[in-house]
Amino acid sequence: MLSIFSAAEVPGTDRMVLLFGQLMVVGAGLLIGLALIYFKKVGWLWKNWLTSVDHKKIGIMYLVVAGVMLLRGLADTVLLRFQQATSSGASHGIVSSDHFQQIFTAHGTMMIFFVAMGLVFGIINLIVPLQIGSRDVAFPLLNNLSFWMYAAGAILINLSLVFGGEFAATGWLAYPPLSELQFSPGVGVDYWIWSIQIAGIGTLLSGINFITTILTKRAPGMTMMKMPVFVWSVLAAMSLVAAAFPILTVTLVLLTLDRTIGTHFFTTTGGGNAMMYVNLIWAWGHPEVYILILPAFGIYSEIVATFSRKRLFGYASMVYAIIAITALSFVVWLHHFFTMGAGADVNAFFGIMTMVIAIPTGVKVFNWLFTMYRGRINFASPMIWFIGFVITFSIGGAAGVMLGVPPIDFQLHNTLFLVAHFHTMIVGGALFGYFAGIVYWFPKVFGFKLDEKLGKLAVYLWIAGFICAFTPLYILGLMGATRRLDHYDASLGWQGLFIVAGVGVLIIFAGVGVQLLMFYKSIRNRKKNIDKTGDPWNGRTLEWATSSPAPVYNFAAIPTVTDRDEFYRVKQLKLKLPKRKFSAIEMPNNSPFGIFMAGWALMFAFSVIWHFPPTIILAVLGIVITFLVRSFNDNTTYLISAAEVEAIENKRVGALL
Amino acid sequence: MTKVSPMHKEIDKETATSLLGFWVYMMTDCILFASLFAVFIVLKNNTAGGSNGAELFSLPFVLMQTLILLTSSFTSGLAMLAAQRSRIKDTFIWLGATGILGASFLALEINEFTKLDHSGSSWRTSGFLSSYFTLVGTHGLHITVGLLWLAGILFYIYKKGLNETSVKRLTMFSIFWHFLDVVWIFIFSVVYLLGVN
Repeated sequence: MLSIFSAAEVPGTDRMVLLFGQLMVVGAGLLIGLALIYFKKVGWLWKNWLTSVDHKKIGIMYLVVAGVMLLRGLADTVLLRFQQATSSGASHGIVSSDHFQQIFTAHGTMMIFFVAMGLVFGIINLIVPLQIGSRDVAFPLLNNLSFWMYAAGAILINLSLVFGGEFAATGWLAYPPLSELQFSPGVGVDYWIWSIQIAGIGTLLSGINFITTILTKRAPGMTMMKMPVFVWSVLAAMSLVAAAFPILTVTLVLLTLDRTIGTHFFTTTGGGNAMMYVNLIWAWGHPEVYILILPAFGIYSEIVATFSRKRLFGYASMVYAIIAITALSFVVWLHHFFTMGAGADVNAFFGIMTMVIAIPTGVKVFNWLFTMYRGRINFASPMIWFIGFVITFSIGGAAGVMLGVPPIDFQLHNTLFLVAHFHTMIVGGALFGYFAGIVYWFPKVFGFKLDEKLGKLAVYLWIAGFICAFTPLYILGLMGATRRLDHYDASLGWQGLFIVAGVGVLIIFAGVGVQLLMFYKSIRNRKKNIDKTGDPWNGRTLEWATSSPAPVYNFAAIPTVTDRDEFYRVKQLKLKLPKRKFSAIEMPNNSPFGIFMAGWALMFAFSVIWHFPPTIILAVLGIVITFLVRSFNDNTTYLISAAEVEAIENKRVGALL
Repeated sequence: MTKVSPMHKEIDKETATSLLGFWVYMMTDCILFASLFAVFIVLKNNTAGGSNGAELFSLPFVLMQTLILLTSSFTSGLAMLAAQRSRIKDTFIWLGATGILGASFLALEINEFTKLDHSGSSWRTSGFLSSYFTLVGTHGLHITVGLLWLAGILFYIYKKGLNETSVKRLTMFSIFWHFLDVVWIFIFSVVYLLGVN
């Protein structure tokens, strides 16, 4: 058991990097804990935030965790880029091969599961209930549990640094047979499995929750074809979650069984089939890409319409394009491994399907551009993020169509060209969208606008840094540089391009620094940027119809919808403020159920990783008992009286109607 | 309970939302089983020198399991009907029967698993057996969870009677239990009937 605490023999610089990581994790944990105790905020945090079932607070908590994980993932990037820029010829860089592999695995895993997914669910939580004119999601308690499952996964991946000191060295999807016990005997792969297993179950529950929310909690009059496009994109993405995440759950369970009880699913012996894993993981993995990008498309649709001061061009075609992408995303997974050798017919089918996806995506790009055409465009920073996105995304999309041609893919498979392609889609596509969404909806959530000057500077730095970091990778990929290289021969002449890529990452880092400064400065000057109207951007959809920040019940009276841009329509009517009658509102109680359940899940996972049965049993018992206790709790809601609602509404700084 | 005419027989909105959510969850569970079926079909012939289905499975035994499980679905349906008519005693009887039948099914399955393991055909033997134990075992795990859930519901009804919440939970349980029945029919066909040929 002592091996938990001491890393296996780790050589020189690696040891320092590891120690630094451990200190960061332990230090940050201690510091936050001590600060909370010192400022006597533990009770406040528990009561108002950790146990909250309010979708707005849960959304903020998602963003906070995702933000922290983003910084961690970026720190890995610096190590990776530094290694590749220096490790040429006689020099072998700063980290060993094995540690390099752990770093890129951790980078990929964190960026996808804990940064991108966290940002997506943060924004969905914050905005969807407001946009459909609802008081909360369908199952607020489940929503809190989903968040805690996600947070437990994030905690577990950080614990890997402290207990055991190793992470998977298998790449972010842990292909067997490398990830089997025979070739990866340490706990690294187990940490990988369990951190995404737990977070994945949280995601699945969220998916169920938001599908139900969108189908049943819309304001009266909001038919499906009157929903904002962002809500459509979320419905599509959540359908993908519901259809794809069970496959991930199964795949991870099978790998766990292989590693713990000696089954033969993906092993090289005993009738296992490693390629089955690759098929299964991509049957989840490709839809996952669209789970990340579709909500970003939705965000862009809202932003382009608002900042062009025009109705979104081609609403119906937008919706059908989303549905088409959703359906097609399930018939392209094989393009991730054309080199498997499935034969010409199979490869041709998947190649064509891959290229077909470019059509609905192209429809969306043109719809955005036509929305801008003859609009009165306000080039606020969300709009600049959008313009950066259109450019990078078109480049990345074209690269994607190239990769979709099997003969070309045979040449580019596993090269940096591929790495450049998917970073263009996920950073230049999805991440830019989340950043744009955060700037756009920040005043709605916190009641004041972000500093536009620093915001714009951040966009430009990100776009410039992004192009500088990834263009060299396209070129290197075409020159034959494979991905995940920790060393290359000096005679190849690659070093210059790797150094340029490294400079690009530094520029991105400057962008992140400016973003942090933007948050700091905006919070400090919040009085100056306060949003009294609840509608700082001249918005079009329902989330702008309530105050900023929205009260706990979102809407004192649920609006009735007659138009796609309902709030814009109401504003045009210039209605006089009617004398309003308020009625009492029933809201769900906060509950520690989610935090306990996720705690048990974390204990379960940690005990399985370290093969310690007593706490496994304890965790299972804990889950059963927590469920039972909760099911006997009939006191799950509280009432806000009409007088209280009236008091809150009258305090609204500037009522709009 | 107040009497309502069939024209106005609406379940309240909250319950409808919960049931929709539960149906969506059932669909995700369906995909979970679909994945396991796919894995089983891929690995079916990878016996790696061990025994295959024809040598291991006894159809009469599985038929008995099947009939027991189908009967338990029937009794859970009867329990639902009794609960909707607020007949608490009948509800208890039929739920009890469901529980006993479910537990017998589980006992038979555990018995079969142990026998296989003792005869040298465990999940460690081959890809085929790994996928067999995992697919059938996942179904068994669902049955186990269902039995625990049933016990919880019985306890709840015993304490608080047949209120809206208990009927709602019973409805969900019933959906879950029928679903496991359907999955078992597929296991019976794909694993056992096709397996012995």
